[in-house]
Amino acid sequence: MQIEIDEISKLFGETAALHPVSLTLPSGALVALLGPSGSGKTTLLRILGGLELPTAGRVRFDGQDATGLSVQERRAGFVFQSYALFRHMTVFENIAYGLKARPRHARPPAAEIARRVARLLDLIQLPEIGSRYPTQLSGGQRQRVALARALAIEPRMLLLDEPFGALDAKVRKELRQGLRDIHDETGLTTIFVTHDQEEAMELADLVVVMSMGRIEQIGRPQDIRARPASAFVRDFILA
Amino acid sequence: MSDITQSRFRPATTEAPAARLVLILLAVAGLGVLVLAPLATVFAEALAKGVGAALHSLTAPDAWSAIRLTLIVAGCAVPLSAGFGIAAAWLVTKFSFRGKALLITLIDLPFSVSPVVAGLCIVLTFGANATLGGWLVANGWPIVFALPGIVLATLFVTFPFVARELIPVMIEQGRVEEEAALTLGAGGWRVFLTVTLPNIRWALLYGVLLANARAMGEFGAVAVVSGKIRGQTATMPITIEMLYNEYLSVAAFSMAALLAVLALVTLCLKSALEWRYADQLAATHRH
Repeated sequence: MQIEIDEISKLFGETAALHPVSLTLPSGALVALLGPSGSGKTTLLRILGGLELPTAGRVRFDGQDATGLSVQERRAGFVFQSYALFRHMTVFENIAYGLKARPRHARPPAAEIARRVARLLDLIQLPEIGSRYPTQLSGGQRQRVALARALAIEPRMLLLDEPFGALDAKVRKELRQGLRDIHDETGLTTIFVTHDQEEAMELADLVVVMSMGRIEQIGRPQDIRARPASAFVRDFILA
Repeated sequence: MSDITQSRFRPATTEAPAARLVLILLAVAGLGVLVLAPLATVFAEALAKGVGAALHSLTAPDAWSAIRLTLIVAGCAVPLSAGFGIAAAWLVTKFSFRGKALLITLIDLPFSVSPVVAGLCIVLTFGANATLGGWLVANGWPIVFALPGIVLATLFVTFPFVARELIPVMIEQGRVEEEAALTLGAGGWRVFLTVTLPNIRWALLYGVLLANARAMGEFGAVAVVSGKIRGQTATMPITIEMLYNEYLSVAAFSMAALLAVLALVTLCLKSALEWRYADQLAATHRH
């Protein structure tokens, strides 16, 4: 799905988290929103997911205005920074949550739900953990369960907020490849937020560099490396 | 003597044996003087003329009416108080709005206002001489000196318990699990029932148990609004006071002992649930 961000801005009280930003993300791209903390990247991601309302501007999905769509109607698979797994539910129940929350006529029967959850557990290469609770999992496993839970709703796009932020370096490398594989397999437009320039450059097709609520540069990793658009971008990607 | 030699090597985080002994004695003495001795006295006085006399006093019509009334009042006030408490805690922790500090102060108000004053306020608002109260009485809905007034008074004094238990827990948990449920397509009610409620159920249980203990034991506010009509609006605490003033000590202390037993049952219930669900408690608190 193609995503169009048209002059989106966001004020929190008096402070501007986002100055009007515009951006078009091609269907099926793997996009990194890269910037230091306070650059507005998470705010932009939350606006796309419908968790935050923009102060002004429009969002379009495949050319259709989506600004007024509720969180539920957007069908965005969202992976939170701390994963936000339901701690009182097993891994199976976590992944099945979105399917069970569907209105009765659209809800798959229990056997079908079980089949889909099993398939997702295979996809994240953790087929055996369905009956465990989130607290019994490692950080990397939790991240993958959160990803499977987001994928279970058959989302139109995948939004990830610092998906590797809380993990150690080795696991981070493995999961980066995992996300790349899942993206390539599902073909979903995928947007992830990160403050780690190496991660953005290595993983994304398209990198959006942000600072102070503004977009500094949009481009392919090699183009940004070769021709940084501003002193900020040059300093940030060298860091 | 061996204590002294060992104390040279004691870990930095423990106290000297003497200090420990003093602290333990202080705690035991305090508990004994303030809790155990009075409780024992209540039971001793109740059983002064034998078990038969105590039970007989409790089966008297007025006593039975008081017990029933107290259970009905707690049964009405506690669920309402829990509902209001959940709503207030939800508002305070999941949204930011103008006047939030005021709302938090209002939630605490019943802790700082004397229950007698609260009772008087209810009498002044809903009494037969007030506009609202007069209209209600004229339409056959008396509030004061009747069950609704007692429930209102109890509601006032029990209101903070559930909210106070829930607010810190809900602040700590934040909104993120609810947001996750929303992105997965769940509606507001579903999020509340499947995510919020399970996450706060322990705090909610403690709040409800505390509110229940207070609801059954409330004296001041109920004394003012109930009119203390024997056999009709006298709850257990009111009946205990009336019996005591009439020097019917066996009856008074039997009722007091029963009230204490109800409170003890509540405590035991809480401990039993904690023991039964210990692993779940640990699982939800680690994270």
